[in-house]
Amino acid sequence: MWKWLHPYAKAERAYQLCNTLLPYFTVFTVVCLVVGWVWGLAYAPADYQQKDSYRIIFIHVPSAILSMGAYSSMAIAAIVALVWQLRNAELAVVAIAPVGAAMTVIALVTGAAWGKPMWGAWWVWDARLTSELILLFLYLGVLSLYHAFEDKKSAGKAACILAIVGVINLPIIHFSVEWWNTLHQGATITKFDTSAIDPSMLWPLLINIVAFAGFVGVVTLIRLKNEILQREKHRPWVRDLVSRG
Amino acid sequence: MGARFSESRLSMQFESFSDFLAMGGYGFYVWLSFGSCAFVLLSVLLSSLHDGKTLKQQVKLQIEREARIKKAQQEQAV
Repeated sequence: MWKWLHPYAKAERAYQLCNTLLPYFTVFTVVCLVVGWVWGLAYAPADYQQKDSYRIIFIHVPSAILSMGAYSSMAIAAIVALVWQLRNAELAVVAIAPVGAAMTVIALVTGAAWGKPMWGAWWVWDARLTSELILLFLYLGVLSLYHAFEDKKSAGKAACILAIVGVINLPIIHFSVEWWNTLHQGATITKFDTSAIDPSMLWPLLINIVAFAGFVGVVTLIRLKNEILQREKHRPWVRDLVSRG
Repeated sequence: MGARFSESRLSMQFESFSDFLAMGGYGFYVWLSFGSCAFVLLSVLLSSLHDGKTLKQQVKLQIEREARIKKAQQEQAV
């Protein structure tokens, strides 16, 4: 049943798949980002309490969700790489990490810019903020561990193990606002039915979330292509590809 | 879902462009957020694209170099 998947373990097929998917991801991301930002910035109504400052939510929440989503995908790829010894999965771990780190940075920076007017401080050593900062260090740790080894086989293994161990941080981030007394406000959309957010704000938020997810996809595909080329640069198919293009 | 939006809730929220920039007094924080977000997104995207270009260029140079070596060896052999 899963046999159709097997050819994609080959680097060349995986590279071609990335190439096929990339334009769809790109168009989807651009459309959603433009709609999401214009809607969020200009058309969504102002919040009754936080006024126009709440518009930061339209990038803060998507980047925070995707910082964790990208980490989960990275950890799944790491498990696949370790259990089934698939080299492409290992490359995917390294391909996701930079864009995941970027999402984390955006979540932290936009959080600071939102915290200043609302809490009166750019940064507090609060459970949510601190665990998100640790997430950034985990991403950077996975990347630097991978690049620290000369032998890429052990490099991949070490990076995968760190990625899997770091998963422990995800529930800590998610539940930090419930487990500890914190400045950070509670969940907005994960409690859908209690409607903590009005549909006129929820829709642009959801569009931005899928836009950011699309962006993570675009960058991951580009970087996965790079990693495959890097790994296979002495193979004939790469040479054919480069001489042709 | 669409029926739940009333006309006023889906219309432009600002009277003028300067109004839009001011963001009800929170302009600095809102534009700081969106600006830095755009900057980070563009940086990671462009650097990834640039890496790919550099990589292909390297492989190309290597192929050309090997071709030159091969040619030189052939000329020497003659």
